[in-house]
Amino acid sequence: MKKLVVIGNGMAAIRLLEEVTRLAPDLYQITVVGEEPFAGYNRVMLSPLLGGGTDEVTITTHPHQWYRDRGIRLITGSPVVAIRRHRRQVVTAAGHKLDYDRLVLATGAAPRQLPVEGVNLDGVMSFRDLYDVRKLLSLSAARVVVVGGGFLGLEAADALVKQGHDVTLVHSRGHLLNQQLDEAAGHRLQHDLEKRGVKFVMQARTAAVESADTKTQGQGRVAAVRLADGQRLPADYVVQAVGIVPRTELADYAGLSVNQGVRVDDTLQTFDPAIYAIGECVEHRNRTFGLVAPLYEQAAVCASHLAELGHRRYLYADSATRLKISGIDLVSFGDFEGAGTGGEGETLQLSLPGGYRRLQVRDNRIIGMVLYGDVSDAAFYETLWREHADIGARRQVLLLGEAFYKAADRGGDGEEEIAA
Amino acid sequence: MSSICTTCPYCGVGCGIRTDGKELQGDSAHPANAGRLCVKGSSVLETLGDQDRLLYPDIDGERVSWDRALDEVAERFRRIVDEHGPDAVAFYVSGQLLTEDYYVANKLMKGYIGSANIDTNSRLCMSSAVVAHKRAFGEDVVPGCYEDLEIADLVILTGSNTAWAHPIVYQRIAAAKQARPEMKVVVIDPRRTATCDLADLHIPVRPGQDVPLFNGLLTWLDDHNALDQDYIAHHTNGFDQALATARAQGNDWDALSRQLGVSKVDLTTFYHWFAACERTVTVFSQGVNQARNGSDQGNAIINAHLATGRVGKPGASPFSITGQPNAMGGREVGGLANQLAVHLDIDNPEHHAAVADFWQTEQLAKHNGLTAVDLFNAVESGEVKAVWIMATNPVDSLPEADRVRHALMGCDTVVVSDCVASGDTLACADIRLPALGWSEKSGMVTNSERCISRQRPFQPAPGEARADWWIITEVARRMGYSQGFGYQHEHEIFAEYSALTALAGRFGKRLDLTAAAELSADQYEQWQPQQWPLQGGARCFADGTFSTPDGRARFVACENPVVREIGDSFPIILNSGRIRDQWHTMTRTGRAGRLFAHLSEPFAALHPKDIERYRLADGGFVRLTSRVGDALVRVKSDGGQRPGTAFMPMHWTDQFSRRARVDALVPARLDPHSGQPAFKHTPVNVSDWQPRWHGWLFTAATPPAVEYWARVPVDAFLQAGQVQRYRLAGDADLTEQQLHEWMPEAAQWLALNDPSTGHFRRAALDSDGKLIAWLAIGETLPLCDVEWLATCFTEGSEVQALSILAGQPADAGPDLGPVICSCHQVRQKTIEAAVEEGADSVEAIGKCCKAGTNCGSCIPELRGLLETCSA
Repeated sequence: MKKLVVIGNGMAAIRLLEEVTRLAPDLYQITVVGEEPFAGYNRVMLSPLLGGGTDEVTITTHPHQWYRDRGIRLITGSPVVAIRRHRRQVVTAAGHKLDYDRLVLATGAAPRQLPVEGVNLDGVMSFRDLYDVRKLLSLSAARVVVVGGGFLGLEAADALVKQGHDVTLVHSRGHLLNQQLDEAAGHRLQHDLEKRGVKFVMQARTAAVESADTKTQGQGRVAAVRLADGQRLPADYVVQAVGIVPRTELADYAGLSVNQGVRVDDTLQTFDPAIYAIGECVEHRNRTFGLVAPLYEQAAVCASHLAELGHRRYLYADSATRLKISGIDLVSFGDFEGAGTGGEGETLQLSLPGGYRRLQVRDNRIIGMVLYGDVSDAAFYETLWREHADIGARRQVLLLGEAFYKAADRGGDGEEEIAA
Repeated sequence: MSSICTTCPYCGVGCGIRTDGKELQGDSAHPANAGRLCVKGSSVLETLGDQDRLLYPDIDGERVSWDRALDEVAERFRRIVDEHGPDAVAFYVSGQLLTEDYYVANKLMKGYIGSANIDTNSRLCMSSAVVAHKRAFGEDVVPGCYEDLEIADLVILTGSNTAWAHPIVYQRIAAAKQARPEMKVVVIDPRRTATCDLADLHIPVRPGQDVPLFNGLLTWLDDHNALDQDYIAHHTNGFDQALATARAQGNDWDALSRQLGVSKVDLTTFYHWFAACERTVTVFSQGVNQARNGSDQGNAIINAHLATGRVGKPGASPFSITGQPNAMGGREVGGLANQLAVHLDIDNPEHHAAVADFWQTEQLAKHNGLTAVDLFNAVESGEVKAVWIMATNPVDSLPEADRVRHALMGCDTVVVSDCVASGDTLACADIRLPALGWSEKSGMVTNSERCISRQRPFQPAPGEARADWWIITEVARRMGYSQGFGYQHEHEIFAEYSALTALAGRFGKRLDLTAAAELSADQYEQWQPQQWPLQGGARCFADGTFSTPDGRARFVACENPVVREIGDSFPIILNSGRIRDQWHTMTRTGRAGRLFAHLSEPFAALHPKDIERYRLADGGFVRLTSRVGDALVRVKSDGGQRPGTAFMPMHWTDQFSRRARVDALVPARLDPHSGQPAFKHTPVNVSDWQPRWHGWLFTAATPPAVEYWARVPVDAFLQAGQVQRYRLAGDADLTEQQLHEWMPEAAQWLALNDPSTGHFRRAALDSDGKLIAWLAIGETLPLCDVEWLATCFTEGSEVQALSILAGQPADAGPDLGPVICSCHQVRQKTIEAAVEEGADSVEAIGKCCKAGTNCGSCIPELRGLLETCSA
């Protein structure tokens, strides 16, 4: 049997294992090396876990038994320290030397650090893995400042409020989730989270994290976050959620081509034909990744090649971003702000107590969408978008969703007669 | 509650109604209708209810007690009369008043205040017929009765869309014709109206050409020896002069047919039939009366009947048919400024002395008062300083209506008694007095065949509403006239009026109610419909004796009208009138949504050729401009219009549309004898108006000041309080701020914006999720399911916000088209389906889907559908 080593035991890795063992159950002897001391868990579920909506058992989707059942060796708590490409061997911190015929890098990404003074103070944390969640769950009621109004920051802030903390979220832009939402939806989200108790400071750049002891700057416990405008937000804890950085050190040391991430081709192969890379550590056609949908697609393509059925190619498809922030569903796709080339197009908006919709339309074709709250029609709009469907004839009912759009075939042009 | 018998509040047919307040049907014992009712009559219960009723007296908008209000009215009238004389005050009353109300109003103004400045909206519809009757017969008497229409061999309907305006009379003619198909019906009307459905011959005479038509008839009858020379010799005067005047236009029938715009065959056929049918009834109505020569048009008709001896004989009479339920009662008691009382004349010293004696007054008015148009001109000039308007809406119904509004706004004291709280005239009032509505009133009305019936109350008065006679009486007492106004009950008034008719008899008039002069309250209560003369039978003048001093009828020489060239600036002649399901200014019918199913918005009907010529669009919008005003309404293509003419309904007011008051267009040109305005003949210009957006707005607030709006009531919203449906259109760009201002404050909002295509929707909800306002704007009119939306206004809902914004549930059914049969709410596509399944007659359609089986007023349209579907 050939030897397959997978570095990383996150969501991309696990999906890859599922695929490989399904496609070619007897082809490889597989070893997985995970840095974290856990079996396979669903990272997406860390937010509900932090919010008290679930527990560790539930989010552990792939317990040790799952690996055993498939004859996979799982090494946890011992990160790989080196890849010896010439020997086709990896070395772990604990001294395991694992030979491979094929190696898959699924090392993921690390939380980005704030580029300011004080990020190493006690009480400055991230929100990335089960460790972080355990730590956050152990805090007694405190003032927490979350920096970053992206998905993770919002999840953390909402969950911490539920835990009883006094939470202030600092965001550098004018509206939350500015990568995924337009201004109206972002404001709406802010409003909804404010109702739940999260406080926001918008358009604020973090200047420094201050320690309790002013004499020992950069050391000791955190006391406050200072903003660029001088405002000081007292904080017992600070959670950094300002994005992620692909973890490329191993690949870099091993001499693989690395830019922002580990560079791969359309088959997820690195510069070295024996080594593949998938997930958040990857850079594919100048693009890095942070959402789960493309990771799964990469895992599937990569697995098909490992299974020697390799005919598939990974091509990034601009897919819808589907998020759930503390029970609020969000879906967006495409050029929803009309910022791209080809003209901004036209904006259609619908606002309800329970939701918000925005469609960006150009030449009677949907080019982007934001759904907030009620996302029941997301798949419908996504189909129209992918198929470049001409919506001109039924534009009046487009925002009302699939049921009305399809029913519009029956209706007339709406002009009512004055007389019988 | 047990059921009572009363009389329909609508047209002059005066149908009997039996109702217990919940159910309503035609009174089978009433001689006018024998149980039949039209759609307006059968839906009258739907128009009742306290909504928008005037409930309390108010002065300058402040609620006051009755005492305070009555004192104020009396004091102001008293002071003005004392300072400026009796002619500085005026009453403007209505054919909607009961005889008792009318009588005391007339008695107060003419008998005690001492001015004849009391005129009535009957001036607008009947006064030319009154003149014609008086000139011909010496008295304002309709000689015939409804039965004549059934036993005639020839029924001529001229200037009357009987099918829509007097549906039960139409149905009686239709039934008679079905029983005797040899009976002939001729319709004379510039429009091919629904009435023509019954006609053997339609004479689409040019507007204003009735005198030449009937003068021609007189000449033709003479040429063909078809005159009753014996009758002319023994019972009439003035024939030679009348014939000579008629003959002045010659007897070149080719030329006449060209002048009239009628084919010679049709013209001579009509003349032949008239000559041949001894039993001929000529029904004439507003199309004859509302002209600059309305009186002459009436007399031209009567001349033909006198010349053939066909007056007051079974099946043979001229028959003026009235518009209002009690126009006749008003004429009897003398409620016109140029009448005294009971068919007597102000300027006749003997009449004057007799009435002054009867009323025990020394102030009896000595000269004629101001007729409607002049009266409001006098208000404008300040000559009349106080006017009391009762149960009518002159700001909408008088010509140059904008000027009337302006005059009232500038008047010192405007008192309005009405049963509704909002109206274009009420908006001008200083003092508003709440009057009883139809279902609360008690009194008498006289219909078009002189039949006196009771209106009986079956509902309590809402708020502090009072009978009109009571209000007038109270003011009279407070003005110091207690002795003449001691009435405790309406029956005392009726008895006094009946006693007064003895004076009519003394001076040779036919009006005779003396048999009711001693009527007890109980007899009054038990009153059964009876024609006057109470002891004289159904017809008058059958013996050839008339109410003139010498007992002979008079021919009136009728000159042809001066033909005015139609100018380039106003090339279209605008006609106005009723539509089938509406009444007057919609204060009543405007409350029943089903009465809007037939014609829902104000419109101008034009011939398809004119629509093309003036680049209009059927269903689009047209701006009409006359010398005095303008209007903006929908375009309705109607092949029944004469090219060069337009028709607008008279019903829409500022309460129902932004700018659709037809009388704002009509110049105040009057018949010189009657003072009746020429509503049927307004030169206008038409131009296309293309809105950039269309919309629906459902709100309890006032509609926004956009270029076009029309309130389109729907029954589904009866439960939704004050919420009204408005159809909107505009040509200015809308901003979100404007849309926001059109909507009320709300706890929750639904909004849809597609600014690039001008598509906007808004829904305002209260905290329970109940809809309180709904708006949809689009480049074309957005669709919505009204019935379903109504439930969102009343119930609050679990339904999805998307459906509310859509204005319909996602699984909306198919569109069945407009309602054709208002009674059974049958829609066009249902009827078409019935025809396709083999229903090949109106009766078969009725069996299949019930359409046309109640009031029958949609039968002409059913015939039309039968034709189009089978074609």
